[in-house]
Amino acid sequence: MSTTALPQNYITNRATTATAWIKSWLLTVDHKRIAILYLLSINFFFLIGGAAASMVRLELVTPQGDLMSADMYNRMFTLHGVVMVFFFLIPGIPSVLGNFLIPLMIGARDLAFPKLNLLSWYLYMGGGLFALSAAVFGGVDTGWTFYTPFSTSYSNSNVILTIAGAFIMGFSSILTGLNFIVTIHKMRAPGLTWFRLPLFIWAHYATSLIQILATPVVAIALLLVMVERIWHVGVFDPALGGDPLLYQHLFWFYSHPAVYIMILPAMGVISELIATFSRKRVFGYEFIAFSSIAIAILGFLVWGHHMFVSSQSVYSGLVFGFITMLVAIPSAIKVFNWTATLYKGSISYRTPMLYALGFIGLFIIGGLTGIFLSVVAVDIHVTDTYFVVAHFHYVMVGGTIMAYLGGIHYWWPKITGRMYNEAWGTISALVVFVGFNMTFFPQFVMGYLGMPRRYHVYPEEFQIYHVMSTAGSTILGIGFIIPIVYLLLSLRYGKIAGDNPWDAPGLEWQTTSPPPTFNFETQPIVTEEAYAFHPEAAIKDAEAWRPGSPL
Amino acid sequence: MATTTHGHEHNPALQHHYDTPGQQKEAATLGMWAFLVTEIMLFGGIFLAYTVYRWAYPEVWAAAAPHLNTPLATVNTVVLLVSSLTVALSVHAAEQGNKRQLVTLLLVTILLGAAFLGIKFTEYGEKFAHCAGYANPLAWVTGGERLGEAECLVPGANFLFPAEAAAESGAAAGEAAVAHQPGMKSPHQLFFFLYFCATGLHAIHMIIGISVMGGITWMAARNKFSPAYFTPVEIGGLYWHLIDIIWVFLFPLFYLV
Ligand SMILES: [Cu+2]
Repeated sequence: MSTTALPQNYITNRATTATAWIKSWLLTVDHKRIAILYLLSINFFFLIGGAAASMVRLELVTPQGDLMSADMYNRMFTLHGVVMVFFFLIPGIPSVLGNFLIPLMIGARDLAFPKLNLLSWYLYMGGGLFALSAAVFGGVDTGWTFYTPFSTSYSNSNVILTIAGAFIMGFSSILTGLNFIVTIHKMRAPGLTWFRLPLFIWAHYATSLIQILATPVVAIALLLVMVERIWHVGVFDPALGGDPLLYQHLFWFYSHPAVYIMILPAMGVISELIATFSRKRVFGYEFIAFSSIAIAILGFLVWGHHMFVSSQSVYSGLVFGFITMLVAIPSAIKVFNWTATLYKGSISYRTPMLYALGFIGLFIIGGLTGIFLSVVAVDIHVTDTYFVVAHFHYVMVGGTIMAYLGGIHYWWPKITGRMYNEAWGTISALVVFVGFNMTFFPQFVMGYLGMPRRYHVYPEEFQIYHVMSTAGSTILGIGFIIPIVYLLLSLRYGKIAGDNPWDAPGLEWQTTSPPPTFNFETQPIVTEEAYAFHPEAAIKDAEAWRPGSPL
Repeated sequence: MATTTHGHEHNPALQHHYDTPGQQKEAATLGMWAFLVTEIMLFGGIFLAYTVYRWAYPEVWAAAAPHLNTPLATVNTVVLLVSSLTVALSVHAAEQGNKRQLVTLLLVTILLGAAFLGIKFTEYGEKFAHCAGYANPLAWVTGGERLGEAECLVPGANFLFPAEAAAESGAAAGEAAVAHQPGMKSPHQLFFFLYFCATGLHAIHMIIGISVMGGITWMAARNKFSPAYFTPVEIGGLYWHLIDIIWVFLFPLFYLV
């Protein structure tokens, strides 16, 4: 650390030699340090996936395939999909923010199984190594879904290496979920009943349930793909007597709930941000808590909506479509409750709040188009077009990234002990929001007009939308680079944050910033509900307001 | 850990982040149960594949199942059930603080587990020996007795199901027509593929289970447990029971139907 102004904490180190210092990080069992390891490695994968996306967008500027061949293009969007889904979106918020905050928020000294937590990180890195080496040795061209029989019999790219990577990463995800469930059940501070838990915890609990229930199913499906590829036995390839639909069923049984592994923790983050920056108890706390659980449960019953154009019967299509619409209910409950929380709140437009509001905007667009897609007739019309691409980017990517960035900014003072530059924060939040919409909104339009996904050449009439989308993605890219710069600078030049810069009520704000290794000097005891803002907090805010001050 | 906020340093089994041994034990047990749920979902995928294909090719399943070695598998089932009993007894012994009995029972469990694997690999060996053209694994090693009728039940390029070969050479069974489609292999192979996958995955779990039991035995021998603390024995036992239960499902599905 550059200064000694910060108190003794989990980052400071008694290591005297470089090796001891490296060991103290790589062999740490402190959940906060493991969260930092995740933060660095997940951002690294995010940059790789982002680079692949940039290549894809660049190729699409012109209708001809001038930058890369069709085959290269296939490998590029597969790299983008695999890295982003398995190595950024799924582990993103739980492994970084969840890991750091869950013990702090429930007043525990660590997660229930610290060594298992470290093992999760190593599994994540191991899986990442496999996936990246597959890319280095020529890449994969199956798309991130690894559909059979193409992936098992016909693709001559590095399918096995990539799948092995996703398989190993799956176990990292399972162990994280398991650790969270046990921690939330057994490690809560005295007085912290279930209905006093922050909604962030509820959201992570629901996420963890999905992780331990759904991930093993995709693990076995991927294992079968690998074995079929090696032994040429027909499990999924119809030419060998197998059933390709079985793969789709097993795959989407995981991969639809996986969307909720991405979005539920994001919703947890948003609940925290909205409450803090409106200085109000979250409206309808119980509804938001249970809607997380409802989304987790319903998420297991809708995988068939990915298979409307497979040979699935019309009746099952209709049933899956109907249940998919039901998911909109708990999702809408959350949005309405957040909006109601804002109502008559003392709102301050700080950077995390901007991200939270951005999340709500993107999530509404993504969610509503999801309802369009659950209608079988509409879905058949736009299947495998950019409409679907735009929809899932709005929900999975827009939702998760806004919450991830918002959460990183909100807890940055807790994690590092320093404040970031508020002006640059505001700018980057706006740039990300604008860039995101500019990238993906044109895709709704061209998808509806019939632009299919996964093609690197296209008719001229779509060029205008593609150029807009690529221009938007450049803005989006800049929006991601700005925070990297000012957040890194804040480590050295940032103001010392103090224990509770937002004047927020959660347990994590009661300890020092950054927290000591065992989180709390004395065991906290909880006597009130979550989000217990003092009634006079809003009045104090109003008095402290000066023209130009963000609060 | 210089200034501690908790005064349990005297209890070496209690990790720093737990308040009480009871809390630690509950956490470990809940963790194990959650893990067992994950394991069930893992095998669930294979069971689903099994169900789908059994539904699709019932007569193939009926023809293929008798080619597995049911007597050996029955012996194995008994071996595993007895090992479940010894595990349960070892938990009881740990509760009583009876170290000698605990170590003995754990060793017996490990031996039974090893016996199960030995028998399992004999079964596998038989299938592989048939592919190599020998009547049994022993003959394969010593170069003894050859197999009468050609047969290879290991999935792969050489797979050969006897009834299917006969059908191909003469009668035009519906199945043979399927087999004659270009590139179409027999669904019989699917049965054996799922058999090897499911039992192989189970065998991997057995190997893990045996090493876990080995570790627990070692801890027990070094007096790590007392009537107040024997959580590893308990959760190791839970894991062992799960492996047994999975076998109890695999056995009838593959051998008896
Ligand atoms: Cu879905």
